[in-house]
Amino acid sequence: MWRIKYFGKKAEEQVFKVLMRLACVSVIFAMGMIVFTILKKGLPVLSWEIISQVPKGGFYFGGEGGILNAIIGSLYLAFGATILAFLISLPAALYLNIHLKKRKKIQDIIRLFIDVLWGIPSVVYGAFAFGIMIYLGIRTSLLAGIITVAIFIIPIMVRGMDEVLKTVPITLYEAGLSLGSTRYELSYKIFFRQCIPGIVTAILLSFGRAIGDAAAVLFTTGFTDSIPTSLTQPVATLPLSIFFQLSSPIPEVQERAYAAATVLIIIVLIISISGRLILRSYKPNRME
Amino acid sequence: MNLQEKIVVRDLNLRIGNQHILKNVSCIIPQKKITVILGPSGCGKTTLLKSMNRLTDLYSNVKITGNIYLNGQDIYHRDLDVTDLRKKMGLMSQRPSPLPMSIFDNIAYGLKISGRKKKRYMKLRVEYYLKLVNLWEEVNDRLNAPASSLSIGQQQRLCLARGMAVDPELILADEPTSALDPISSQSIEKKFIELKDNLTIVLVTHTLRQARRIADNVIFMYLGEIIEQGPACEFFDSPRHELTKGFLKGSFN
Amino acid sequence: MIIALTLIIITPIVVFFSLYAKSSLLLDGNASLFELLFSSSWQPSEGKFGFLPFIASSVFITILSVIIAAPVCLLAAIYLTQYAHPWFVKLMYPVTDILAGIPSVIYGVWGILIVVPFISDIVAPFFNVQTTGYTLITGAIVLSIMIIPFILNILIEIFRNVPVELTEAGLSLGATRWQVIKHIVIRKIKPGIISAFGLGVARAFGETIAVLMVAGNVIKIPDSLFSASYPLPALIANNYGEMMSIPMYDSALMFAALLLFVTILIFNLLSRMTIYRLEKQL
Repeated sequence: MWRIKYFGKKAEEQVFKVLMRLACVSVIFAMGMIVFTILKKGLPVLSWEIISQVPKGGFYFGGEGGILNAIIGSLYLAFGATILAFLISLPAALYLNIHLKKRKKIQDIIRLFIDVLWGIPSVVYGAFAFGIMIYLGIRTSLLAGIITVAIFIIPIMVRGMDEVLKTVPITLYEAGLSLGSTRYELSYKIFFRQCIPGIVTAILLSFGRAIGDAAAVLFTTGFTDSIPTSLTQPVATLPLSIFFQLSSPIPEVQERAYAAATVLIIIVLIISISGRLILRSYKPNRME
Repeated sequence: MNLQEKIVVRDLNLRIGNQHILKNVSCIIPQKKITVILGPSGCGKTTLLKSMNRLTDLYSNVKITGNIYLNGQDIYHRDLDVTDLRKKMGLMSQRPSPLPMSIFDNIAYGLKISGRKKKRYMKLRVEYYLKLVNLWEEVNDRLNAPASSLSIGQQQRLCLARGMAVDPELILADEPTSALDPISSQSIEKKFIELKDNLTIVLVTHTLRQARRIADNVIFMYLGEIIEQGPACEFFDSPRHELTKGFLKGSFN
Repeated sequence: MIIALTLIIITPIVVFFSLYAKSSLLLDGNASLFELLFSSSWQPSEGKFGFLPFIASSVFITILSVIIAAPVCLLAAIYLTQYAHPWFVKLMYPVTDILAGIPSVIYGVWGILIVVPFISDIVAPFFNVQTTGYTLITGAIVLSIMIIPFILNILIEIFRNVPVELTEAGLSLGATRWQVIKHIVIRKIKPGIISAFGLGVARAFGETIAVLMVAGNVIKIPDSLFSASYPLPALIANNYGEMMSIPMYDSALMFAALLLFVTILIFNLLSRMTIYRLEKQL
């Protein structure tokens, strides 16, 4: 009788092992399929012309031109938002980790707060920003987009930096803030060597989120055929370029959408892989 | 096969990744005695202990050469059922690890998975083992309370009772009293001395005094190698190796 | 530095109050809160704002997507933390990174290219249903893949935090690896697993663009897997342009945003708190 029970035990485990492997494989397959589908549609239409020209004749109907407006626009937006977010996130993360090191309870509450903020979708920020813009009578612009996206990515950046900063032992902080200059410099160097890869990765990932986000920019940046020359002009972004042009009846316009999707996905792939590589290449060098 | 030898380890080499943790380890665990594996921190004693019931299989990147025999059988043999092997050796860890269940279920778990599900049988066994570790008086009115509600000393005794409930032939204990207060420690040590009439006990510790108190047999390790092993009186009164002498004098941690 | 931190902390408070202020026009109007939430007549030009179709769509699509994603994530997390070779685990990292980094508009494109035809040409006919493919189930499928890397990472983190002594104790009692996982490990971290799913719900609830592109955008309470749906974020994103032309429309959309904000906030808060408490225990 115990023989059957033994087989029963083993059988259940085997069945689940198969299911588990299937689950992992499905995830890998899903990723592959998504990347492949986009590249398959987009790579054939990707050409020098398309990425170096702005749409001619209106982005929805004009069959000529390319997506340069969206590429430059997205870069302006993402860089602007990332820099703005960085200026706020780094001091906040440093304050959280240095000055509040002794007050664990407050640290925990703030970390919880930031984690919760992290989950708020960009559409909420977009609606909020839009409401304010209407109230103040501002039109859609690059600046509005930068500010809104920055607000959206700040929790992501702070969290990423906090993850790295909290692994640094307190002695390094204290040594960095007191005593003689040589010891200060030395500990500062060690501190940065440990943290810089993590901080760079946090910035990189936030940049990736900023460039890919559509919901916040939908409300705040508008869309245009041209490349903005000042912060108060509307700007085109890659996500919206895809969104608006995909459903066009004109095949050339659709092609532009696919090209934009390809550019976007290539950017994202580069960011993800470099982020991983940076983390991996620096981790073994941890010095205590 | 010598009936007095419960476990025989021969030329065991264990590597995790690039680290050579156990180097040419050969030793004998005698039947129905308390064998203490002694040594400074990091010398590999826990790894040696865990290799005896193949818990080292859980580590990734582990490579083992050499043999370990239990009752004359090679425990790394292909056809051997590992769960059966592990059931023969009750484990106690440094930090008590009560299962996330009630006090009753902790002890009954081992019985349940070996197929004995009769309620009355389980009730009797649970009571028996709780009495064995002197916990019955303290907990019989709250058997359904979660095991985590017990004090650390009580939890450790619960873990001992739990391990005993599956009728093991050995107990492997990895510094079981290092997290406990002196009174609980003493109670566990006393229990081991009582149990050795029926079981073989292998105890890892880094405190000399505990070893002196309860060891019948000592294995002294340093940096992954066995330096000296033998009956306790020989070990403590007339150590042969320089390192042993140094350790006994307390000149290194 | 403290200014930066304070800025970050007051932002959501500002957002909340301004959304609330904007919605107050609607809330003080003719309809009660109950009517707003549970009536299904949506005619902005007549001043009727029943949010039920949108709320129902959001709820259904979110629950569906979590139902699809949860078992996959749980199984994968168990495999990766308990059974898999290290090289396989290393392989999964970039896969989940990439999935997590893909922008939602790209998920939308993929949904339109692959999932929509799949549903309309293969799945629906199998059930004898006619559909355009822009349905509740399509949105749920796309959404589920979007939340998988998210839930998976949290689950892996939780499983990794279980002390190895617990597994060793279970194995020493004669349990197989699988029994230890089933009876002991999962039991120990159950609140964490539920919270991971809770966070997935929060994430799915707020997803805008991808869902907008494939879920149908028809105002009605979805009555089958193959019916079109219109989740709350899609409502906001599709209609913000007309906000100013109809009285109280802007209030209504802000109210929708407020609903999203509050719901997601609550889910996130409860889930995060549970996970924090669990990690303290381990």
